[in-house]
Amino acid sequence: MNRQQVTATINGEHKEFLCEPRQSLLEVLRDELFLTGTKEGCNDGNCGSCNVILDGTLVNSCCIFGVEANGGHITTIEGLSKGNELHPLQQTFLEGTGMQCGFCTPGFLIAASALLDENSEPTEEEIRHWLVGNLCRCTGYDKIVKAVQDAALILRERAL
Amino acid sequence: MNDYVIPEKLRVVGTTPIRPDGHDKVTGRAKFGDDFHLPGMLHGKVLRSPHAHARIKSIDTSHAETFPGVHAVVTAADFPKISSNVIDAGEAGQIDMQDVADNCIAREKVFYDGHAVAAVAADNAHIAEEAANLIQVDYELLDPVMDVRSAMADNATVLHDNFLPGAFLAPTEKALPNASKLELAMGDVSAGFDEADIIIEREFTTETVHQGYIETHIVTAQWGANGMVTVWTTTQGQFAIRDQLALVLELPMSAITVIPLEIGGGFGGKDSIYIDPLAVVLSKQSGRPVKMVMSRAETLRATGPSSGTYIKARLGVKIDGTLVAAEFHGAYEAGAYSGGPVAPGVSTALTRYNIPNVKIEGYDVLVNKPKVKPYRAPGATPSNFAVETMIDELCRELKLDPVEFRLHNALKTGDRLVLGFPCPEIGGVEILKAVQNHAHYQSDIGGPHRGRGLAYGFWFGAGLPSSADLMVNSDGTVQLCSGSPDMSGTRITLAMQAAEALGIEPNDIFPSVGDTASVGYSFQTVASRTTFATGIAVYQAAQDILAQMAERAALIWQIATDNILIDGGRFVNKTNVQQCFTFKELAGKLVGTGGPIAARALASPEGVGFQITAHLVDLAVDTETGKVDILRYTAFQDAGKAVHPDFVEGQIQGGTVQGIGWALNEEYFYDGAGHLKNTSLLDYRMPTILDVPNIEAVILERPNPGHPYGVRGVGEVPIVPPAAAIANALYDAVGIRMNTLPMTPAKILDKLNSITD
Ligand code: FES
Ligand code: FES
Repeated sequence: MNRQQVTATINGEHKEFLCEPRQSLLEVLRDELFLTGTKEGCNDGNCGSCNVILDGTLVNSCCIFGVEANGGHITTIEGLSKGNELHPLQQTFLEGTGMQCGFCTPGFLIAASALLDENSEPTEEEIRHWLVGNLCRCTGYDKIVKAVQDAALILRERAL
Repeated sequence: MNDYVIPEKLRVVGTTPIRPDGHDKVTGRAKFGDDFHLPGMLHGKVLRSPHAHARIKSIDTSHAETFPGVHAVVTAADFPKISSNVIDAGEAGQIDMQDVADNCIAREKVFYDGHAVAAVAADNAHIAEEAANLIQVDYELLDPVMDVRSAMADNATVLHDNFLPGAFLAPTEKALPNASKLELAMGDVSAGFDEADIIIEREFTTETVHQGYIETHIVTAQWGANGMVTVWTTTQGQFAIRDQLALVLELPMSAITVIPLEIGGGFGGKDSIYIDPLAVVLSKQSGRPVKMVMSRAETLRATGPSSGTYIKARLGVKIDGTLVAAEFHGAYEAGAYSGGPVAPGVSTALTRYNIPNVKIEGYDVLVNKPKVKPYRAPGATPSNFAVETMIDELCRELKLDPVEFRLHNALKTGDRLVLGFPCPEIGGVEILKAVQNHAHYQSDIGGPHRGRGLAYGFWFGAGLPSSADLMVNSDGTVQLCSGSPDMSGTRITLAMQAAEALGIEPNDIFPSVGDTASVGYSFQTVASRTTFATGIAVYQAAQDILAQMAERAALIWQIATDNILIDGGRFVNKTNVQQCFTFKELAGKLVGTGGPIAARALASPEGVGFQITAHLVDLAVDTETGKVDILRYTAFQDAGKAVHPDFVEGQIQGGTVQGIGWALNEEYFYDGAGHLKNTSLLDYRMPTILDVPNIEAVILERPNPGHPYGVRGVGEVPIVPPAAAIANALYDAVGIRMNTLPMTPAKILDKLNSITD
């Protein structure tokens, strides 16, 4: 199948790559660019494990073709921390045991970071509404909600 | 069985250090099943049966073989017919490895929608999938048998002309063409019912559910030029995968190395082979490494699930609330091959009450669904749902408080169990009292159509073999390698136990999960056993390390080893207390005094601490739509000793939410022809973050004397009571008694309409 050239900025880096038109952005990220932090849990838009931010919007990368990302700006889990400095969400998920197996975690972190970009003081209700597209089978979600609240607090304190 | 003297004060156990594998998991660096690549790797895809029950007349793979980009195609003909297929599973009975092999790739018949028939390896997964679809299979359709009662009926279509009776925890005996049976009894049940003032008998059905791990099944296999096989996979048990592969492929176990990658959830469903042998043989045939990734639909159609059931139970109680007799009949789906969780399901049905006269029968029933696999406290949720809702009914009838009733009948340490031995140390009474004293129990529910429900739950857990290696480095750090995959933080809970035992800090211990070539045999991470049983192996290895280090200190000081006092990570010369080494100081002297020190322990502990729990739930019912909203949920559980309380809480919360899904939403929908209709996570609907409130976990600690720090397993029992607690709350809210799972809005509306009609 013909491969097409795609240019995109991924985690701040300029990337050019070839991909087949049938390949999803998720597949391209994982199998062509070896950014395997973004996970596949369902491949049909129902689990949020594949969440990335494309041009400022939270998306399920399994539901977008790689070629559609041409010219786009993408943030994946690999781009969430600044070098070795963890994003406050990464810190609070770690300290507050917001994960068990950790498979859903990249998706939750990306989704929650998109929320905190928009809303610096989300209520529990708002957090739960925002994260409804992310499935976790291990934690029962409580510690995830608390980790997001704690990270929001850290970010607010930093902004002062 | 060891009775340990549990130290009163623990230094590390009970704290909440950060897991060492966590950084990689929050940054996307951790390597899960699909995050592993080899150069030149091919991708495999499976052709699956579209029929629930059919005879394979012929398979034509020629079009697939010549499809550009295809490197190998396999069918059952490429796998050995196993010569010694019957494996002894100890007291549990026997397992037919030919069944295990046939479940991976169908030989003469397909037994469920989604049963693997052939597999293709190609340059990429898309090509493999296209090529797999070119394989032509000619089937002769047979009638599907889709539920336990039709499978047990006279003249039911027979799945297997011969089968080895199911074996899981306890053996069963063949009783019907599609079912095998087990019986347990204690006392005199008819005399018991004669004594009863009130007897109730009820029937229940529950549907098939899936473990629902978010990472599907993924394996990469490489057949080496020398015939050595390497497998990288996401599994609860690298040794289980290795042994099963060796048996179905007729290879020496030592010729296979299974390397466990990070695991994205398992819950019991990831300890057996599916695509693994297909990847190995595809690799052999193509001469290239082969990766296979199951889609979500394949995972739902062909892996897991947990049994649907039919249950009939009878309870007899005296007017003062004393349970005097019980009869329990449970028919559990085995799926396409025998060996479902009927034994643990029925034997825990009543265990938590001290009932003198009990008769239990369980059926392991073959149906045209995927072979069932363990799911968190396998079999216990349906049986608990039945018994706990009946207990609730009895409490109402007798106008007795549900906690008082349970306290009155609670199983206590030393009471005889239906399995024939006395109950070990158990904290059921403490749990029930904690419920009574909790603000939740004392609060008002308020509002119309709101209700509160209580259920009480029990689970065994297991010991089984575990191994652990410790090695002391010259800088005083310690490497810990165990054979237990880490599903939810066991690297840290094991490191903490090593640190406690050695008298050093948890961050001086560097834990890892070993592959089958580098660590001793370990049973899977199942049955709530890792922190308990592998913890004991770690503890034993640590004692060995301390003893060896004491010998070195004695050598250095030229005294007898008896004269070394080991105290909180220090080695002291008893004859001259000025002489003392810290762990780190002594570690630095090992190489020069006889070489480095390492220890390995293989433990198979018996002192399993049983798991006991009570769940309390408040909910509201929308009487127009039948939708249930969980308002408040508290789970009380005895952890023995919570090694890392945050992770214990996490186990309780996660297991409870799975139980809530089982109670309200989750089920396999099959059409009349036996096709699974809900093969996506949209239609197989697991709880989302919006469906559940915070689950409050109340942890009690009644130490288990079978573990050096008092640990009980904690992972499984939280899934046991949610369905019953919710059903009881539904009755309290709107006066309906549910006798089927899941309790969907439609079923609730039906019931509501039937009582108002
Ligand atoms: S993998 Fe994209 S939503 Fe599940
Ligand atoms: S931590 Fe395992 S799925 Fe969320």
